[in-house]
Order: sequence, then C-alpha cells, then structure tokens
Amino acid sequence: MAEAVFFWIFSTILVGSAVAVIFARNPVHSVLFLILAFVSAAGLFLILGAEFLAMILVVVYVGAVAVLFLFIVMLLDVDFARMKEGFVTYLPQGLLIAFVFGAELVYVVSGWAVSPHAAGAATPSGTLSNTAALGEVLYTRYVYFFQAAGFILLTAMIGAIVITLHHKVGVKRQDIGAQNARTPETAIELRKVPSRVGI
Amino acid sequence: MDLSAYLILAAIVFTIGVAGIILNHKNIIIILMSVELILLAVNINLVAFSTFSGDLTGQAFALFILTVAAAEAAIGLAILVAYFRNRGSIAVEDINSLKG
Repeated sequence: MAEAVFFWIFSTILVGSAVAVIFARNPVHSVLFLILAFVSAAGLFLILGAEFLAMILVVVYVGAVAVLFLFIVMLLDVDFARMKEGFVTYLPQGLLIAFVFGAELVYVVSGWAVSPHAAGAATPSGTLSNTAALGEVLYTRYVYFFQAAGFILLTAMIGAIVITLHHKVGVKRQDIGAQNARTPETAIELRKVPSRVGI
Repeated sequence: MDLSAYLILAAIVFTIGVAGIILNHKNIIIILMSVELILLAVNINLVAFSTFSGDLTGQAFALFILTVAAAEAAIGLAILVAYFRNRGSIAVEDINSLKG
C-alpha cells in the first residue's frame, strides 16, 4: 500500500518535472527541474530495491552531470530568448509526434508480464545486500564490461580536457624538460675578468 | 506496483524527452538535457525488469548506461564550450560550418 502511494508520488513528480524541463523559459529552471526528475527517479529505484543505483543516480547525475549543466548555462553568455523562437510554431507537430510515439509505447508495454519460469540467472544467492550482490555480478560476470566502462570514462575525461584546453601565445611558461636538461656546463659560464676592464 | 506501471512511466518519460528534442530544436543545452531524460527512462526500464525478473543483469547494465551518459554529457558540454569560445554562438542553426 505504502509502496503504491510512494510510486504515485515519485512518478507524478518525475513526469511533471520532465515536462517542466522542456517547457521552462529559463534554462537554469530547466536544469533545476532536471535535478528534481533525477531525485524522484532515485526514489523510484529505492522502491524497486535498487539502492546502490539510487545513490549512484543522486551522486553522479545530481552531483556531477546536473551541476555541469548548470555551470555551462551560467558560464556561456547566450541569448536564450532567441532560442525560444519557433517553439510555438513547432508545438503542434512536436506534440503530435510525441502523442503518437507515446501512445504506441504505452500500448506495447501496458500488457507486459514476466514469465514465472524466467528465473534470474545472474543473481547471487544468499542474503546479500543489493550493493554486495551487484558487486558480485559486476566483478565476476561483467568484469570486461566494467573495465570498458572505466576506459570510456578515461577517454571522456582526456577528451574533455583536450577539447577545452587552450594555450595562450606569448605567455612565459615553465619548461620542465629544458630545466632538467641544464648541466653545470651549459648553465654556468666562467670568465676570466681582466682587472679594470670588465666584461 | 506491477511491471506495467514502471514500463508505462518509462515510456512517458522517454516520450517527453523526444518531444523536448523536437520542441527545443534551437537550444542545444535543452537538447542535451532531453537526451539525459531519455537515458533516465531507459534506466527505469532496465531496473524495473531487473527487479521483476529477479536478475541483477539489468542493474549492472543500468550502471554502464549511467557511465556512458556521464561521459556523453562531459564531452558534449566540452564541445559546446570550445564552440562558443571560437564562434560566440551555440544556436543550432548557426552550427553549419561542416556543410561545405
């Protein structure tokens, strides 16, 4: 009973904030509604018993991705009013496509049920918590996928740094290679200074 | 709640994401946010199937989708910042220098 109540609360908030994301005039409001959508999705994951994913959703999406969006929206000085042009002209087509698409999807999935014979294959037995059970699956059966995910994150990090890094010309920088290549022979010059003449 | 409720909810969120791409076709930041909504709908589907079939595979793959979504957001926003620095605009209809 309580599960159904919380499902309706979280799903209503999720759908409402998802609508607000695409209809908000101010992109900052869009990002804040996106955060609300992620938090209510995390609540739904908790109801489903996926505690680890719920916490990861809050940490990764709300803590990193949404803040990154907020950062970009505030960083770039963009004329967002100009970008709202064409919103009303495309509203009928957009809503029509969305309605047809959504109706098809709902029609397909509304009668779905899992066969009782479809037993879980990759679930460790015993009284493990969700996080421990997920770890048992992730580090054994899907260890190569896990490594690939790590490489994807590494590639994304290096790519983002390389894309956004730019060197200003005309700025004196420390050249560590040149510093380390210095020897006493190249760094120090000994001269015999004649008396009363100077160099 | 049964599985159909979660699947319908995910279908609705997915549809809202697709509608957001169509309606905000000039604002690439909202388009990226709509893509995040679509990926969230996919995650809801995977976790619901995982719970109702008693198989943790769905949750493992939801984790991988989360990884890819984070990487995609980081790369997309980095491209956005670099493009804005070079051209001074990120309006979608202005991004046509590859058209030739």
